[in-house]
Amino acid sequence: MTLLAQAQHFVRAPEWTWYIVPYFYLAGLAGGCYVIATLLRLLGNHADEPAARLGYYAAFLAFLPCPVLLTLDLTQPLRFWHMLWNTTPGNEGPNFKTGSPMSVGSWALVAFGLFAAVSFLEVLVHDGKLRRPFAVRVVRPLDGALGRIWNAVGAVLGLFIAGYTGVLLAVSNQPVWSDTWALGGLFLASGLAGSAALLALLVRLRRDAQASLGMFELSERLYSLLELALLVVFALTLVGAGTLDDAFGFPWILLWLVAFAGLLPGLGRLLTARLAVTTEGALVEQATLASAAVLWLTLLGVLALRAAVILSAQF
Amino acid sequence: MAEIVPGQAYGFFTDTSVCIGCKACEVACKQWNMLAGNEPSFIDGYDNTGQLDSQNWRHVKFIDNVPDETMGTGQGKAWLLMSDVCKHCQHASCMDVCPTGAIIRTEFDTVYIQPDVCNGCRNCISACPYSVIGIDEETNVAHKCTLCYDRLQGGMEPACAKACPTQSIQFGPLQELQQAADKRLADLHAQGVAEANLYGRDQAVYGGLNAFFLLMDEPEAYKLPNTANAVLPGRNNAGGWLTGLATAVLGVLGGLIALRRRGQPPSQDPSPRQEADAP
Repeated sequence: MTLLAQAQHFVRAPEWTWYIVPYFYLAGLAGGCYVIATLLRLLGNHADEPAARLGYYAAFLAFLPCPVLLTLDLTQPLRFWHMLWNTTPGNEGPNFKTGSPMSVGSWALVAFGLFAAVSFLEVLVHDGKLRRPFAVRVVRPLDGALGRIWNAVGAVLGLFIAGYTGVLLAVSNQPVWSDTWALGGLFLASGLAGSAALLALLVRLRRDAQASLGMFELSERLYSLLELALLVVFALTLVGAGTLDDAFGFPWILLWLVAFAGLLPGLGRLLTARLAVTTEGALVEQATLASAAVLWLTLLGVLALRAAVILSAQF
Repeated sequence: MAEIVPGQAYGFFTDTSVCIGCKACEVACKQWNMLAGNEPSFIDGYDNTGQLDSQNWRHVKFIDNVPDETMGTGQGKAWLLMSDVCKHCQHASCMDVCPTGAIIRTEFDTVYIQPDVCNGCRNCISACPYSVIGIDEETNVAHKCTLCYDRLQGGMEPACAKACPTQSIQFGPLQELQQAADKRLADLHAQGVAEANLYGRDQAVYGGLNAFFLLMDEPEAYKLPNTANAVLPGRNNAGGWLTGLATAVLGVLGGLIALRRRGQPPSQDPSPRQEADAP
């Protein structure tokens, strides 16, 4: 028996449940959508701009409930700002603890919120949906190089937001969570896969964004593969700690089945079509009920993965 | 009791070999700290409080260590009794992860949760390896043993130590307690009680515990992590962030591959933003 196989946990569960599961989910999608939108805008073709805008819309709208959920989860919600400001008498000042992912994440969430909000405003103005002079003045500086820098920094924050939640869980003494170092990567990969699926769904609402559907298709396949690889690492680390049953036992196995089912569309297409979309250029998805259902399944899988990880360690 | 001086490290030495399970410590703690307590639950043996939490800052564990087939004398075995408490760790997991700065080290070198700063995020609960902290339902903030911070400030020893009739709970300057513990352990070993051991006396467990114990069995028997398992939550920081970073790089790479391999979208307009802008 290895040392890790004797891992002991005498810790109490923090009862992070019904606010935290959707928060982790939406943070993954918000960060992932911003990242994909930025990739399209900065490195894609000019025809990708409508899809990039779709991504920035989705990122901000997915982000919006996040601070609310986090605040409601506190047992003293009106003290949410204590995350950022230390009110200890004689030691007042900003709170930033590099060793505490929750502390770092609080600041990252504020910063990402700013980037997501401004990018949302910018696409509203460029889409002609917002014509107020103030808004136009705010986003005008972002038309050039500054805008690209803004998006790039926002994308880095998006990557952080989508993944830090996993590190937050790992930096504890809870069974399952603290027995692995793979959760940050796993949540990030899963968030990216879910975001690609979400954007592939949203493309149906914006016809001029369909030129980028091929990118969403291929990236979902690749992110699903990445997620699967990290899931294997996650499981192996739990085997070493002796807590595999805690994570994958009944009833959590049901959630895991949904999570695996969500990976199947991407992995299936990777096996059958590899990295080919079409031979003639951009894919135009048929807006069938079946294709939408497959994308919803991927999104459900992303949620199930987080629910399985978060709940299995606590109950 | 000598004068209690700020700037000096204080703590508890809990000698479980002389604990009789009277629970005077629990009562004194609740009385002084005005803890209402939970509904009594008759669990196993004589335990009716169950665990350390927001209402139980001292909890006497009754551990049935006697084989079922015992006839008469217990074959040299006795129940293990232990008045458990917050360990006031030198390397405190709760303090490491607390994002608000609510958990501080006091002038008496104890670990204290400031009730007016805590916002109830419960990160400390997920980190404490001894399951000490709970959320109080009235104040809605994290509660645990304060080592009677208010009494220390008033020059009084903690209520539990004051009430303990067998001196199983001893309070004092940490150095003095450690010397007393060393002597007690040597005495027990000299009497042939080989299983006696000190837990948290040295730095092997969380850099040393200000509330340390003399145990009559292995730490695991008391549901205390042994030296190998007494690990800080921060151990996963480097691995977690690095895995996240590697995944982020692969994620961007995956996006680039997807962009390159998807075929070229049919569009010739050189001005991307303007093309997409509404008329």
